[in-house]
Amino acid sequence: MSAFSADLAVILPELVLAVMGMVLLLWGAFRGNRDFGVITVAAALLMFAAAALAIVAPTGNGFNSLFVNDAFARFSKVVIFAGSGVATLMALTFSADTFRRFEMPVLMVYAATGLSVMVSSQDLMTVYLGIELSSLSAYVLAALRRDNLRASEAGLKYFVLGALSSGILLYGMSLVYGYAGGTGFEAVAAGIAGEPSFGLIIGLVFLMAGLAFKISAAPFHMWTPDVYQGAPTPVTAFLATASKMGAFALVIRVMLEPFADIADSWRQIVILLAVVSMVWGSLAAIWQSNIKRLMAYSSIGHMGFALVGVAAGSEAGVAGCLVYLATYVIMNLGAFALILSMKRSGEPVEAISDLAGLSQERLPMALALLVIFFSMAGIPPLAGFFGKFLVFTAAVEAGFWWLAVIGLLTSVISAFYYIRIIKVSFFDDLPEEGTFDDAGFTLRAVYGLSALSVLLFIVVVSFVVGWANTAAGVFA
Amino acid sequence: MMENLPFLSILIALPLIGALAILLLARGDDETVARNAKQVALANSVVVFLLSLLLWTGFDRQDPGFQFTEEYTWLAQYNIAYRVGVDGISVLFVLLSTLLTPLCILSAWSAVKTRVKEYMVAFLVLEALMIGTFVALDLVLFYVFFEAVLIPMFLIIGVWGGPRRVYSAFKFFLYTLVGSVLMLVAIMTLLFTQGTADITVLIEGDLGFALNLQIWLWLAFFASFAVKMPMWPVHTWLPDAHVEAPTAGSVILAGVLLKMGGYGFLRFSLPMLPEASEAMSLFVQILSIIAIVYTSIVALAQEDMKKLIAYSSVAHMGYVTLGIFSLNGLGVNGAIFQMLSHGVISAALFLIVGVVYDRLHTRMISRYGGIVETMPRYAIVFMAFMMASVGLPGTAGFVGEFMTLFGAFQDRMWIGTLAASGIVLGATYMLLLYRRVVFGKLEKDDLRALLDMTPREIIIFAPLVILVIWMGVWPMPFLDIMASSVDALLVPFVEADAAGAAVAASQ
Repeated sequence: MSAFSADLAVILPELVLAVMGMVLLLWGAFRGNRDFGVITVAAALLMFAAAALAIVAPTGNGFNSLFVNDAFARFSKVVIFAGSGVATLMALTFSADTFRRFEMPVLMVYAATGLSVMVSSQDLMTVYLGIELSSLSAYVLAALRRDNLRASEAGLKYFVLGALSSGILLYGMSLVYGYAGGTGFEAVAAGIAGEPSFGLIIGLVFLMAGLAFKISAAPFHMWTPDVYQGAPTPVTAFLATASKMGAFALVIRVMLEPFADIADSWRQIVILLAVVSMVWGSLAAIWQSNIKRLMAYSSIGHMGFALVGVAAGSEAGVAGCLVYLATYVIMNLGAFALILSMKRSGEPVEAISDLAGLSQERLPMALALLVIFFSMAGIPPLAGFFGKFLVFTAAVEAGFWWLAVIGLLTSVISAFYYIRIIKVSFFDDLPEEGTFDDAGFTLRAVYGLSALSVLLFIVVVSFVVGWANTAAGVFA
Repeated sequence: MMENLPFLSILIALPLIGALAILLLARGDDETVARNAKQVALANSVVVFLLSLLLWTGFDRQDPGFQFTEEYTWLAQYNIAYRVGVDGISVLFVLLSTLLTPLCILSAWSAVKTRVKEYMVAFLVLEALMIGTFVALDLVLFYVFFEAVLIPMFLIIGVWGGPRRVYSAFKFFLYTLVGSVLMLVAIMTLLFTQGTADITVLIEGDLGFALNLQIWLWLAFFASFAVKMPMWPVHTWLPDAHVEAPTAGSVILAGVLLKMGGYGFLRFSLPMLPEASEAMSLFVQILSIIAIVYTSIVALAQEDMKKLIAYSSVAHMGYVTLGIFSLNGLGVNGAIFQMLSHGVISAALFLIVGVVYDRLHTRMISRYGGIVETMPRYAIVFMAFMMASVGLPGTAGFVGEFMTLFGAFQDRMWIGTLAASGIVLGATYMLLLYRRVVFGKLEKDDLRALLDMTPREIIIFAPLVILVIWMGVWPMPFLDIMASSVDALLVPFVEADAAGAAVAASQ
């Protein structure tokens, strides 16, 4: 096999996605929006196929060490593609014609491709390429309802702040390049060996600020609630799941590959981000009445919890992060499927109080909600507990027991608003107008499977942890 | 035959299977669903109880170690496994859980009218989790069961509770959760310093912690167990939860869930952190005295029957912590016995309140009076448990209180003296309650129309009456079964005492 075909084999999933994305785009261009359903299903299937390809694609470096496929990339890609695929499928429930646009699934494919490039990068240029591909697709996706004031505002805010953060990121990269003498991860690592220069640290800080924006860690989270609320719910589901997984995996890769030697320098920043995110994500969510905004603060909090694993800096910490993110993606897909199911006579409703009396009319949906939100609160024996357990165990092991105490106490605060949702749907009385319309097969399948996986995660936890350990072993 | 069966796992799985069956199979109109759900739940819990009796008969009383053990790989990477087993201490709590669950289901037979199916499912799930908590022999598995109990209990209080159910359910949930997450930090520390989550290994002895680390870990465990017990001053969730919970919820809460705290002290704090337990014993004893005296006085002032019994629970659990942290044989045996007797007595008392509440829908003491005339059988049963709660010799309550007080006297004379005053206060509030509800003039018209206990209610109380007198008259079978395990538990403390005595003698 020639060097070039070896390179192509390493990027197999991205290659397939990019080419097939073009095919879908042409299909849409010729057939128009009436084929929205078929294109959406095709795009979702394409991403599930990419998840399988991510596992079979050979490991190794490609394109002169610009790109790598390793166990860590595999784990992240499977989660990213599966999450994007499910989020795309949710778009099938779009009813209004304004939403049913074929660009949507195509953009999802490219956003997922960008995320996939991010987690495989071995060079700051590849990082930037991946981030921009996924971000530009996401900006458009967020503003898909262009005739809607709130959606346009969300799209614009996301774009302006996203562009700003990309600028900051790029500035950080240029400083790192200047002081380390290269953009490749190996070159950067070599450049900081020994005593890192002050300029390099400044570059690192800018780099981290830009990345923190992408994972919406506080205090770089400002865009999140507005975008979550304004974007169409399947897009929000994508932003909350696959997009977070990709950005977070990138944070881990950047911190632990080129900057592994100066862990003490970035650890303080990571701890600060983690604490602020955990505290603010927990407190601010208490006052939310819109469930999508609440999910935004919830994901800020979750990013804080996951960052504790990065702060630990150990292999166990990274493995904990990966398990945390995988369970987080599963729970959020279910949660957003539930949110999409909140429709009264065809009109979506988004207030938490709209869930009142859900358990009296739609017990299966209410039970799924119960399982998913108790899991988000980290109550055992549900999946969410194990993520928290692994991340905080790694922190305690690394000597940051106080960080674990802060994290666990804020998780109690966050439990308050999660169980408030359960309270509304189980304790409150059914309102006059009854509950929601029939959710339809797709959504029922998504939240049903999500709840089931969360419930039975305890059985397969060893397998997932084993896989995450292999993935984390990349940074040994 | 029994050696080959995963006996404890079957006990945990059966109620879960029953719950799943009710959830998936109950079909038809509301009435049929409710009837079927009740019947399946009752049959299921009775079968579980009968099976659990095999633990009582099959238990080797000479063996201080764990029996009926099982181990399956689970999270091998962290040396966390599915390990279960019972020793002389936990076996009794398993039996208590399996006994009270069918009684609870029976007590809800006509009291619960809405969402019966879900109610039965919640109780069966709760039963499985309670059994799991007491048989878990792995730190993480224990934590999983211990915490998961919150989910069904939260729903039971919140869905079927009284007017302030939401507030009470939240308070119950969040209070307990705060304590538990601190315990989780201690569990994580144990896990990575010892490299195993196997409780049977961890209780073997010296874990090599410095005293100040031991005390931190001890405090982390204490945060969780003290809230669960509950000890003064973190007991405030209990009266709220009891008042708002439906009768069966209160029964389980008082009968079993509070015991998880005491069980936790015996399973974790004492054997794993002996020096810290020794060092903190006075602190716990003082809190126990405050609980006994203060909550007894508070109970005197209550107008709500359930609230009164809730405060009396806090006082009675004060004897438990007092006995445990006397760190001697009498105290610890007495504490376990007190937990069992309180499990039966307080459960019965809440059921007794439930009987009149089902009829009049009020728990205010002032609304009753003179009901001995219309409900003589009820008055007799009430008297039996009132006397047991006071600690009358010949009832279960006496044995536990007497032994814990004796243990406390042996340990620190002045502590024992102060605690004994609680007996007087306890007698006062219980006798007052009984007099105001049962005796006096029958003046209120609606009380004249009260019906005495139905056969179903008599079936509920019969086993409890028998048990409370059996435990009072002939406690040896219960003390026998725990004796060797308690002796093993106290080995480090006896050694420390002996060493101290030797030092004193040589000087």
